[in-house]
Amino acid sequence: MTPPALLPDKPPAARAGWPELIIEALIRAAGYSAILFVILIVLFLLREGLPALGEVAPADLLGARWYPIEDYFGLLPLIGGSLIVTLGAVLIAVPFGLGTAIFIAEVAPRWLREFLKPLIEVLAGLPSVVLGFMGMLVLTPLVRETLGTPTGLTAFTGSVLLAGMALPTLVSVAEDALDSVPRSYRNAALALGATPWQTIWRVTVPAARTGVLTAVMLGIGRAIGETMTVMMVTGNAARLPTGLGALFLPVRTLTATIAAEMGEVANGSVHYHVLFTIGIVLFLISFAVNLTASAVVFQQKKRSERLLS
Amino acid sequence: MKIVIEHLSVQYDDGTESLRDISLTIPANQITALFGPAGGGKSTLLRALNRLNDLVDGVRVTGRILLDGEDIAGPGVNVTALRRRVGMVFAQPVPLPMSIRQNITYGLELAGVRERAKLTAAVEKSLRAAALWDEVQDRLEAPATALSGGQQQRLCLARVLALEPEVVLLDEPTSGLDPISTAKVETSLQAIKRDYTVVIVPHSVQQAARIADLAAFFLQGELVEAGPGQQLFLTPKDQRTNDYITGRFG
Repeated sequence: MTPPALLPDKPPAARAGWPELIIEALIRAAGYSAILFVILIVLFLLREGLPALGEVAPADLLGARWYPIEDYFGLLPLIGGSLIVTLGAVLIAVPFGLGTAIFIAEVAPRWLREFLKPLIEVLAGLPSVVLGFMGMLVLTPLVRETLGTPTGLTAFTGSVLLAGMALPTLVSVAEDALDSVPRSYRNAALALGATPWQTIWRVTVPAARTGVLTAVMLGIGRAIGETMTVMMVTGNAARLPTGLGALFLPVRTLTATIAAEMGEVANGSVHYHVLFTIGIVLFLISFAVNLTASAVVFQQKKRSERLLS
Repeated sequence: MKIVIEHLSVQYDDGTESLRDISLTIPANQITALFGPAGGGKSTLLRALNRLNDLVDGVRVTGRILLDGEDIAGPGVNVTALRRRVGMVFAQPVPLPMSIRQNITYGLELAGVRERAKLTAAVEKSLRAAALWDEVQDRLEAPATALSGGQQQRLCLARVLALEPEVVLLDEPTSGLDPISTAKVETSLQAIKRDYTVVIVPHSVQQAARIADLAAFFLQGELVEAGPGQQLFLTPKDQRTNDYITGRFG
């Protein structure tokens, strides 16, 4: 006697019918196309940007002067400009954002917290041009008058605005991380006689550090890729920043250079290729930031998995 | 008398009452067991003793709790200082995400102890008191989360003992542990009561009967009966207590 067949002899897809198969194919296509797009973008960047390395001597690309009209294509001032604006933004946004996140997650009463959290998430969606506009009209004169700089269009002005843009993301992600720290950690620390502040700083924040680091990295990512705001308020003078004093002088960033010059450059010229080289540099920088972030998160995860096993 | 509780009531702002007019005297250097079915207010009482109820929104506490004659339930109490005198071990062991040694020294460092010799001595002393020293002495730098559940719970006890509190509160400290680990925890409780006042919410009537010098039976926010463990478990005065310990309900 043969046992009853538990499995039908048709393959699963045939059993589920055509709709299943089509949907599966569509999802698969969507997934692969995302990867395909990234690869195509990189290939395009490389195709347009790499010729510049043959047209301009690499030493010149690392020069300190950016005067495309006179064939000076030194990228250092632009890289320096981007870095100093981003650094300034991070220095402002991280302590401020972390403070805000801690306040919302740990200190604020429930009603205030339920009011602040969505408010900050709305801020994250603010178009950057609006911020840039406010920067030009409000922040720039303020910087000029209070700091006594010759112009209000400085790296610092850009940093403040970028910090403002990075803050909502940073606060929101960091607050989620703090909020997901188990209540029992806090109880345990408080029962050991820790003050509320000691509990926050030495238990809750360290326990949430993976999420907090992710928040910081996302903030940096947002800041370094931002174009519009920065172009509007940093003065766009391509001079090499030397030291922290340059924070209060005009600078020009990588992104602003591409945005400002791409429209008026001859297609296929040296200048055109160099602009794409700038794109490659930007891509590499944000790639490095993302890689660092995921390496940090991955390492933490591995460590905690090891601990829990 | 270490702790005197007078007419203590705990109410939530939605009107539900967690404790109703409790009066109880907790003697020093003995194990006091608060037992009864779930929702009886045992944990609430425990958490009132070190003011952890403060962390819950909308709790109203009335009545007095005297610790060495000093009211600790009212406003104006230095809660942080109080929690150093009244330590607590929770049902879920919560090792902080650091090494075994750091888990012990953590509370001391918060309290401002810096000398290495003192810290090292405290680590050994408290781990011995919690009956954990033999198992971890050669791996003090290992992460505390790598310990087994029973070891973690004894580590949490050691962490509290390191602060040399006067009172140790334990909220179902053995609820997640196997019988052998439970026995170890109970043994160390018997040992530490020489130096501390121990208040425990045991996780079963049997455990209460095993370790209680003084037992208090809670039912729906009310203290039904309190008395020496021997007497309460053998000849309870109240019918409800009798029903509960003989397993008629709960």
